[in-house]
Amino acid sequence: MSDSAATSPSRHLLDVANLTIHHGQLLAVDDISFRLEAGEVLAIIGANGAGKSTLLRTIAGLHTQTSGTITHDGDEISKLRTFRRVRRGISLVPEGRRLFPSLTLEENLQVGAQKAAEGPFNIAAVYDLFAWMRERRRQKVGQLSGGEQQAVAIARALVANPTILMIDEVSLGLAPIVIERIYEFLPSIVAQGISVLLVEQDVSQALAVATRVHCLLEGKTSLTGTPDQLSADAIESAYFGTIHSAATPEASA
Amino acid sequence: MSVDDLTPVDQSITVKRHQIPVAYTLAGAIVLVVFFTWAPWILPASDVSILMNFFILVIMATMWNLLAGYAGMVSIGQQAFIGLGAYATLYFAIKGMDPFVAIPLAVIICAVIAFPVTYLLFRLRGGYFSVATWVVADSAMLVIGSIAFFGGGTGHYLPGLSSIAFTQLNHDTYLAAWFVALIVVVATYILLRSRLGLVLSSVRDNEVAARSSGAKVTSTRRTIFIVAAAGCGAAGAVLAISQPFIQLGNEFNLQWAAEMLFASMIGGLGTIEGPILGCIIYFVLQQTLQNYGAWYLIIFGALAVGVAIWQPRGIWGFIRDKFHFELLPVGYRVQGAGVIDTMSRGTLDWRPWRRARETPTDETEST
Amino acid sequence: MIWLNVIVSGVLLGGFYALFACGLSLMFGVMKIINLAHGDMAVVAGYTAVFLVPKFHLPEVWSFLVVVPIFALLGYVVQRTLLQKSIDRDPFTTLLVTFGLSVVIENLLLEIYTANAQSINIGSLIAKSWQVNNTIYVSYLSLTVLIVSVVVLAALQLFLSKTSTGRQIRAVSDDREAAQLCGTNYRHIFGVASSLAFATVALAGIAFGMYTSLSPTAGGVNLLFAFETVVIGGIGSLWGTLIGGILLGIAQQFGAHFNEQYTVLAGNVLFLLVLAIRPQGLFGKKVVMS
Repeated sequence: MSDSAATSPSRHLLDVANLTIHHGQLLAVDDISFRLEAGEVLAIIGANGAGKSTLLRTIAGLHTQTSGTITHDGDEISKLRTFRRVRRGISLVPEGRRLFPSLTLEENLQVGAQKAAEGPFNIAAVYDLFAWMRERRRQKVGQLSGGEQQAVAIARALVANPTILMIDEVSLGLAPIVIERIYEFLPSIVAQGISVLLVEQDVSQALAVATRVHCLLEGKTSLTGTPDQLSADAIESAYFGTIHSAATPEASA
Repeated sequence: MSVDDLTPVDQSITVKRHQIPVAYTLAGAIVLVVFFTWAPWILPASDVSILMNFFILVIMATMWNLLAGYAGMVSIGQQAFIGLGAYATLYFAIKGMDPFVAIPLAVIICAVIAFPVTYLLFRLRGGYFSVATWVVADSAMLVIGSIAFFGGGTGHYLPGLSSIAFTQLNHDTYLAAWFVALIVVVATYILLRSRLGLVLSSVRDNEVAARSSGAKVTSTRRTIFIVAAAGCGAAGAVLAISQPFIQLGNEFNLQWAAEMLFASMIGGLGTIEGPILGCIIYFVLQQTLQNYGAWYLIIFGALAVGVAIWQPRGIWGFIRDKFHFELLPVGYRVQGAGVIDTMSRGTLDWRPWRRARETPTDETEST
Repeated sequence: MIWLNVIVSGVLLGGFYALFACGLSLMFGVMKIINLAHGDMAVVAGYTAVFLVPKFHLPEVWSFLVVVPIFALLGYVVQRTLLQKSIDRDPFTTLLVTFGLSVVIENLLLEIYTANAQSINIGSLIAKSWQVNNTIYVSYLSLTVLIVSVVVLAALQLFLSKTSTGRQIRAVSDDREAAQLCGTNYRHIFGVASSLAFATVALAGIAFGMYTSLSPTAGGVNLLFAFETVVIGGIGSLWGTLIGGILLGIAQQFGAHFNEQYTVLAGNVLFLLVLAIRPQGLFGKKVVMS
């Protein structure tokens, strides 16, 4: 790993270069490149099936790319197993929360903290952030509401003290008020020096928190920029694909 | 509607089943049929009895392949039906019937017994199904063993054969094994090319989709299980005649399950030819190592484990991949400019149980 | 009094079955595989006690001190190599591979040690028993095995619920992928679970060799009993496994009471009844079955 760091030209926090990913024979992500710098909140937006979740899962190591490289802090990590990437500081809050149903709230956090790096977060700190968790720590997570489960899922990733926190579809299946409450905590996470890579279908929410936006359309980058640079029209066309009206055959196959 | 009625929209694409001309396959088949029917008159008696045992194993392996290779049911209890087939033959023979005439009756009895058994077994999936089939086999053996009429644990001679001259009996038994094997292979081939085969391939592509589009998945599986039970019953009946001293531990031996599983596995699951090839390999090994006790089985088992891990399509699958060649095709191939050979690859890659591992991990594309 | 005797001997037998079954249950719970060579592993453990342990100049009663650590190690290695490879393919392959292993092991034992029965010599302990009253005798050995299995189950339960590794095992069996996202190397956890399973099955195999005699083909029956125990008790519940073992033991003793031939059959009938009426087992959750 460290050998390749010497030859690697880039020293960005996360450098995704020419990533192409297939789902079986279907092309899910087509030659995507982007960088995430320290302290950034990068939101990846796009419609259903644009390849956003696949992208995050590939960065986390749950899915293998067809081609392209992923570099973290100067080291190529494209071939590392998931748990090694997590121990390097790349955490993913997966879509659908994926808590451990037979474990209590606290045990869920303990599993997350098992191989934690040095850092500001530990279970006590999380309890300070979300006071209700301390009270309910002995409960099985299945007894929590959807929003609470989502918060636990984020907390479970936080206690590992990641340098990059990837969050997949926070708002899926949650009431707007709950979503807002979860997003309220994002600035305090970023303030602790954690960079965030966010996948979100809710564009307005993404624009509100992101420092940079990356829009995917059928596996390709259709737009990129900071929220204030981008007009609503540009985002809309990048999101729904009114610019490239004809879908490429591979992507729609 | 059959697949043959489908006309591809794009005329440059053709949907094909046969890859080598039917005439060649047919001619080859006729030559084989004539040879094997003639065999008892031209081959020495020892070879004839090896061939007979070979065909009994072909019946079992073909049935196991139908169960596991096409319908995804890993049974390790097929010896239940081998035993029941043998004992049904014994029953009719004791009652005064010609054992050869009893073969079809034994088949029917096994099918009838298999039907209620499916209602119990189909409550379980995967490994649980497998061990439960074994429990059923074990129970069947214990029940038969407790019936004094069949000689209990000591066994019973199969009556009704003493009037036939030894050579004649040898010929007749061989022919019974060969014809049953022929019927079983041809019937399996026809079955897989029928509507039922279509349901099986839709299940292997996507069981949920197949169910929701109205494919009768459970009843198809049930039919397959009953057919496999009947086939193993026939094998058991022929086995009984060939021995002809019928013993509990012999007819209900787990080794039958092992042999049929290894043979289909090594030859290649999900093809008609594979299990037959596996049986050939088995007999070559057995004959070569016949002076070395159980080593042939150890090697055969180790080979099967190796094949399962490194070459899951078996030796026939390997040949087919390498040379794009099929003798008895049951799938379809989509051919044409720019068309990836998805159909054949689907057939080759197919493992109905694979989805269990993939869900929910690989289906998480944003919805 | 006769029925009390049936129940007492059933319970004692049940402890032994639970010891056999907990490894099977653990491996299914964590890795979602059924190790069809489970029973043969027990037989191999018994043979190791008979043929290897005397070389250490150790009384055979203490053979578990050598065999159990060997099997714990073996469990980890087999899991990380052969079983992991087959799990990486699909559940179907693990069935074929473990079945193949089972047949290979049986025939290897047959070739190397012949079909002769072997038993672990525990000296005079085998004959000693505790007389409860005129009709009921409890042999020290059966009682020891029952106590050992209760202790093993309790220790396993404690390990799973209190330790960090135990927590990871539960997390992996809940959601393998999410556990990886928490930095857990699930392959290692699989190895640990398999190591525990092998260690317990080694204990069971040794107990088996002390009770009766070992033969190369004894593995199949052992697997059947272990499997029936797991299904009757319900998957994923260690205490359910104990109850399942006890019920199976009682059913078998009940059958044996009428006719020795009905021993195994009565157990099979109970198993099939549970399957027909409550396929998730007495203490199992329904979700596990699908």
